[in-house]
Amino acid sequence: MAGKVKWVTDIEKSVLINNFEKRGWIQVAENEDWNFYWMSVQTIRNVFSVETGYRLSDDQIVNHFPNHYELTRKDLMVKNIKRYRKELEKEGSPLAEKDENGKYIYLDFVPVTFMLPADYNLFVEEFRKNPSSTWIMKPCGKAQGKGIFLINKLSQIKKWSRDSKTSSFIAQSSKEAYVISLYINNPLLIGGKKFDLHRLSLYKLGFCRFCTVKYTPSTSELDNMFVHLTNVAIQKHGDDYNHIHGGKWTVSNLRLYLESTRGKEVTSKLFDEIHWIIVQSLKAVAPVMNNDKHCFECYGYDIIIDDKLKPWLIEVNASPSLTSSTANDRILKYNLINDTLNIAVPNGEIPDCKWNKSPPKEVLGNYEVLYDEEMAQSDGPDRDLRSRPGQSTGVKGNRARDSGKPVLTTWK
Amino acid sequence: MLDPDSGLSLTIARIVQRLKGSSLHSQLERQARVSPVRLSSEYFFILTGWEKKLQNAVYSELNVFPSPCHPAAPPEHMKEPLAYMRKAQGSWEKRILKSLNSMCTELSIPLAQKRPVSEQKELLNKWNEMGTDEPDLSLFRPVYAPKDFLEVLMNLRNPNYENGEHPSFRNHLGLIQVPLKVKDIPELKEDFSELGLNIGQLGIDDSAQVPPEFFENEHVRVGQKVLAEQDSAAAQQYVRQGCPTALRADLWALILNISNQPEDILYYEQLKSNVIQHDLLVDSLIYKDVKLTASNDDYYFVFEDYLYQVLLCFSRDTAVLEHFTYSSATPPRSYIRGKLGMEEYAVFYPPNVNYNSFILSVAPLCFLYHEPSKLYQIFREMYVRFFFRLHSISSHPSGIVSLCLLFETLLQTHLPQLFYHLREIGAQPLRISFKWMVRAFSGYLATDQLLLLWDRILGYNSLEILAVLAAAVFAFRAVNLMEVTSLAAAEAVLADLSTLKVMPLLQIFLFATVT
Repeated sequence: MAGKVKWVTDIEKSVLINNFEKRGWIQVAENEDWNFYWMSVQTIRNVFSVETGYRLSDDQIVNHFPNHYELTRKDLMVKNIKRYRKELEKEGSPLAEKDENGKYIYLDFVPVTFMLPADYNLFVEEFRKNPSSTWIMKPCGKAQGKGIFLINKLSQIKKWSRDSKTSSFIAQSSKEAYVISLYINNPLLIGGKKFDLHRLSLYKLGFCRFCTVKYTPSTSELDNMFVHLTNVAIQKHGDDYNHIHGGKWTVSNLRLYLESTRGKEVTSKLFDEIHWIIVQSLKAVAPVMNNDKHCFECYGYDIIIDDKLKPWLIEVNASPSLTSSTANDRILKYNLINDTLNIAVPNGEIPDCKWNKSPPKEVLGNYEVLYDEEMAQSDGPDRDLRSRPGQSTGVKGNRARDSGKPVLTTWK
Repeated sequence: MLDPDSGLSLTIARIVQRLKGSSLHSQLERQARVSPVRLSSEYFFILTGWEKKLQNAVYSELNVFPSPCHPAAPPEHMKEPLAYMRKAQGSWEKRILKSLNSMCTELSIPLAQKRPVSEQKELLNKWNEMGTDEPDLSLFRPVYAPKDFLEVLMNLRNPNYENGEHPSFRNHLGLIQVPLKVKDIPELKEDFSELGLNIGQLGIDDSAQVPPEFFENEHVRVGQKVLAEQDSAAAQQYVRQGCPTALRADLWALILNISNQPEDILYYEQLKSNVIQHDLLVDSLIYKDVKLTASNDDYYFVFEDYLYQVLLCFSRDTAVLEHFTYSSATPPRSYIRGKLGMEEYAVFYPPNVNYNSFILSVAPLCFLYHEPSKLYQIFREMYVRFFFRLHSISSHPSGIVSLCLLFETLLQTHLPQLFYHLREIGAQPLRISFKWMVRAFSGYLATDQLLLLWDRILGYNSLEILAVLAAAVFAFRAVNLMEVTSLAAAEAVLADLSTLKVMPLLQIFLFATVT
């Protein structure tokens, strides 16, 4: 081994630091020479800004892509997915096939979404088609459930836009932009509670978050955010929040429950579709992502499952929360970081961007390779379509970090 | 001793008697009346599908009820043949009742009262979300803890048996001091022959001979066939090798002969309205129990509301009283106010409650059944077949006393050094494993593993596997346990069972250990 990896982080979390220390890596300060920097999204914005003009050398890697927000900002994610669908349609790709109602058969996995205020007219048109629908408003740039509310009348939007105008002069600037999405009002309920699949999802070690209050679709409960939002940050304020399990259930429990009560076939189909969503969302942003060999990324996917067992992509997070709310959570996150580091920095050696080898199977840990870009490219889009229902997608690994392509593995 | 022939005819007579009172009988009668063509009864049964239903009902009776005693034996022998066991159970019940009564007096709450109409309405409205309620239950205390019950079992003695003051090689060095016949490993091997090393098992994925998918696919195919045939006996044999997750709910229902007919749903609704009308003291205890255990459990918290529904209904279900004919326990009785001691005013109270976190035996079933009425029936049947034995004192091979003794004997015989070491440092193994067994490992194992274990309980119609697994866990952690020097350290080594794989542990302990 050439030397010890020198690391920096601006996130003082034990799940990170314990992992670095376990590898015998050396902590250094930000202004010293470093090989590995686990940084917050704010820091990456500064590091890669035009003013600093920072250039990474061959032996440095960071945990974000400079423009990760193409996927992690709610508005840009939807924009990129919409564009991706249009392009596929233009190419006449079989992936863009539509059913008799004009819905994409394979690519309809994001709830109908508009930008506000930009797409206001389009939204009104859609709303009038189905006036009894409920919509969810989210500020584009905020996280953890901040600023979110539900509406089911046009007047509520008008009131919101009036209020925000009076409260601030820059109300209509892009910072205050909102997305409005059709609310999934038939979520799958387990034990009468709503949940979503959260982050790094997939098989063994992800978890589901549960609402603490019974779900009722009635409009009288629209104001009770605890019913609708599963964010821990929000749920923590509810009276019923439990600090031992934190309303989190492992994905293996979810799978066991679904397979027992609904059968194996539909459950496998659901999990395959979730894989599909992740792969397609990454392909959608691939053309706009900087192909930077110094970066890797660990995305967290938020997915809601409806009562017909169809998964819907709600949003993607760039930096999974490393705060552990429960003991199980802590184990899960420690293992996640461990597996991530094994792939991004194989053997714990000082990184070299010219590396171009696929990660060997042993280092994948709880990651599962979803998609091997090289293999897929040689086969064309037909392969994508064939691989959709059920088959294991791509066995050979392709490393996330040296490809500069979006993460190709998911954590199971 | 009863000769086999008269035993058989007694059994037949009893089953006929019992089936006559069942809803199956009345359905059959109705069907026979409306049937337009007169067929010989034999054809009638086969053609109308009644043959299978009757077969399953008879099979279920045979599984639940013990073989009859000699006609001259008094009825309590069916409950429990050993007098000292009956006596011990009796005084244990008195103790629980006393504790319950004194709680009533202290808190000045009646055992039962009718709810005011407004309260009834409120309860009905929040039936599906009782978990959100936070009543103050700090004054209620659990009636007993597992260790109190263990204490009672440790003090059991057979008056006709000389224990001897000094320990010798003949003595049992464990905590249980009653001489009951328990199986040794060769006998267990024979009983659990389907768990052998050369037989495919769900829950083991490293079979040397055949790739696991091959066995699994074949096993699923056979399982579907068993379900199509609707044959209880075949299902019971089948689950000995484990249930595929997707077929488990149906297979268990078939073994337990639960079909969730409209009248069963109606019955459940009736129980629900009983809960709504009357407030029992035990409701608060159930509530407290759920809050203390399941609400904080990583696997089960999701189902908290289902647990209240099932348990509150269960506490009022008079059909459960039937199991007292073959259980050593007797339901406590209470008298209507002002009529103390007058037999005709005696009522059973509470019809059925166990105070020992027995909610943990409902919780895993929530993974399988999402309709409350079906969940309820499955739980009730599991209780009257198996779980009641974990809460009452008896000499039955599946009773908790025998399980404790089996566990200690296995450990003492096959891991004598470990047993001796733990005993010397004051960490009697049973002190640690008792809570696992009394809860049938629920809340300790990961749910998928727990269900694989319960597959075998159903398949072998016996709880003995619990004691075998408890011993196997000790064997598995033996190296670490040999290094500890205190009870607390031993408990720490065995604190987390959630990563254990049940089937390999059982197989190794039973079949790969040199005996």
